[in-house]
Amino acid sequence: MHYLDFEKPLAEIEGKAEELRAMAKVNEEMDIEAEAKALDAKADGLLKDLYSKLTPWRKCQVARHPERPHCQDYIEALFTEYTPLAGDRNFADDLAVMGGLARFNDRPVVVIGHEKGKDTNSRLKHNFGMARPEGYRKAIRLMDMADRFRLPVVTLVDTPGAYPGKGAEERGQSEAIARCTEKCLQIGVPSVTVITGEGGSGGAVAFATANRVAMLEHSVYSVISPEGCASILWKDAEKMREAAEALRLTAQDLHKLAVIDRIIKEPMGGAHRDSESTIAAVGATIAAMLADLEDKKPADLIKQRRKKFLDMGSRGLAA
Amino acid sequence: MNWISNYVRPRINSIFSRRETPDNLWTKCDECGTMLFHRELSDNLNVCSNCNHHMGITPRARFQALFDGGVFVEVDVPEPVADPLHFRDQKKYPDRMKSAQKNTGEKEAMLVATGEIGRTPIVAAAQDFSFMGGSMGMYVGNAIIAAAEEAVKLGRPLVLFSAAGGARMQEGILSLMQMPRTTVAIQMLREANLPYIVVLTHPTTGGVTASYAMLGDIQIAEPNALICFAGPRVIEQTIREKLPEGFQRAEYLLDHGMLDRVTDRREMRKELITVLRMLMDMPPPVWGDLPAPTDTPELPAPDAAGEK
Repeated sequence: MHYLDFEKPLAEIEGKAEELRAMAKVNEEMDIEAEAKALDAKADGLLKDLYSKLTPWRKCQVARHPERPHCQDYIEALFTEYTPLAGDRNFADDLAVMGGLARFNDRPVVVIGHEKGKDTNSRLKHNFGMARPEGYRKAIRLMDMADRFRLPVVTLVDTPGAYPGKGAEERGQSEAIARCTEKCLQIGVPSVTVITGEGGSGGAVAFATANRVAMLEHSVYSVISPEGCASILWKDAEKMREAAEALRLTAQDLHKLAVIDRIIKEPMGGAHRDSESTIAAVGATIAAMLADLEDKKPADLIKQRRKKFLDMGSRGLAA
Repeated sequence: MNWISNYVRPRINSIFSRRETPDNLWTKCDECGTMLFHRELSDNLNVCSNCNHHMGITPRARFQALFDGGVFVEVDVPEPVADPLHFRDQKKYPDRMKSAQKNTGEKEAMLVATGEIGRTPIVAAAQDFSFMGGSMGMYVGNAIIAAAEEAVKLGRPLVLFSAAGGARMQEGILSLMQMPRTTVAIQMLREANLPYIVVLTHPTTGGVTASYAMLGDIQIAEPNALICFAGPRVIEQTIREKLPEGFQRAEYLLDHGMLDRVTDRREMRKELITVLRMLMDMPPPVWGDLPAPTDTPELPAPDAAGEK
């Protein structure tokens, strides 16, 4: 288990309990169960305490937790017959974006998402979930196909942002993102998005311009990373806690601002402590959001999506 | 003491420091160092007469040079909710706004106007880099939507001059939401079959390039303008190598197929007229010194730049 810095006290208690149990295995006369149980209870209490009042910065840390379920996990568990489709037909296949045809509750859909990878090798392979222009152009191609064959589009967002690289810029990173957002607005099929971890700026919005947008309870969605914001506005990247606070990037604040439609509850201690139930909850939300949009005419779907974004920001947070 | 030094003294100072003439009659070109007389510089549209370096220009000054006879009518932009997030960094957002308004004499970072160029009716929108880095927040989004709606209503093309560091962080997620919002505006133009021309000026970066500024039917840039998604410093930090000469500059983008043209600011008006008249299927322009259109009812004289 990977512990975040604010989980240190928790790591100590859980470590102690584990140690005790290991000792008892070697030395059979020791009766430690009562003590170990007491430690478990203490750990549970602390976990509840920590997670019931996560600060925005801590939420960023949880959203970036390396053991949080990723796109691949969701696709494997929630979709059947997943058939990855590759390439932008221009330059390359971007592995930071996975996508293809699949069945969701037997219904054929197009699924697209950012994949960060889960160990050093796969993280490098997927470029830490930072897409290049080819990733967005692949997504455009897949959405076009979904539109032509009347397949709903499901997107899963988890990216630190679009990749800031030399080649990415030369091949038109900004144009690719702009066109991808444009495509999201044009398709006449239901589109639903779940932000499962990090919703990093333009790289996220290019996939999240959908009829319905949900966020996991401890995921974040922001115009800039707290570190980036801190280094620009505070001239000090170490002020990320203040920046995270000011940016209002939590699912709870975004729901109040009507930027997202739903919040998906995470298990106690965050999605990484119970991937299975998190994935199931995400699946149930996708099903509910798709059901909301069923039987809607293409023109109405486009109209609803446009109106949703045009109306956005008509209310601020209460004082 | 605090009250006096923090409030009263700056107030008194600001009363005395309000000057009628620019504080410096000479501007130094930041490219070649030539001292340029301010009158000459503004006649030359803020382009250095020695090295052709394009300096920043306010939307008002640009429109005065762009529209026939310098006459244009401002389009009203719906006011957004002020400070929707109650944002505070080292300063409060409303305080940053006030000082930007005081320094520029403008309300916000975008000006929208209707008028004629070479007797070609257009709607124009220009972003003001001197106003909080031209950053895109709710107001800029509303301005672009208002510009597109006006263009559709009047059946005119839209010319947009972009200049921005990116999204306005002080509006958090709502600034990010201007990417889809402005994209909807551009779709309205497309559906009405009206030309949308983007003139990218120095600098146009971040979320602005990743939305309306890259969706033009024709993309023209001013020479040497920095146009990018991620800035050069961020990229150098990420890839840890030096970037090539001219990277992310207008000419570099032209070479990489991202732009249609790179055009000198002093030729821009002529080029826009030529292109727009072809796209609108109008007869070729007659070149001459055009006075202001006469048949337009009650055009108020534009406010002098910098005054409110």
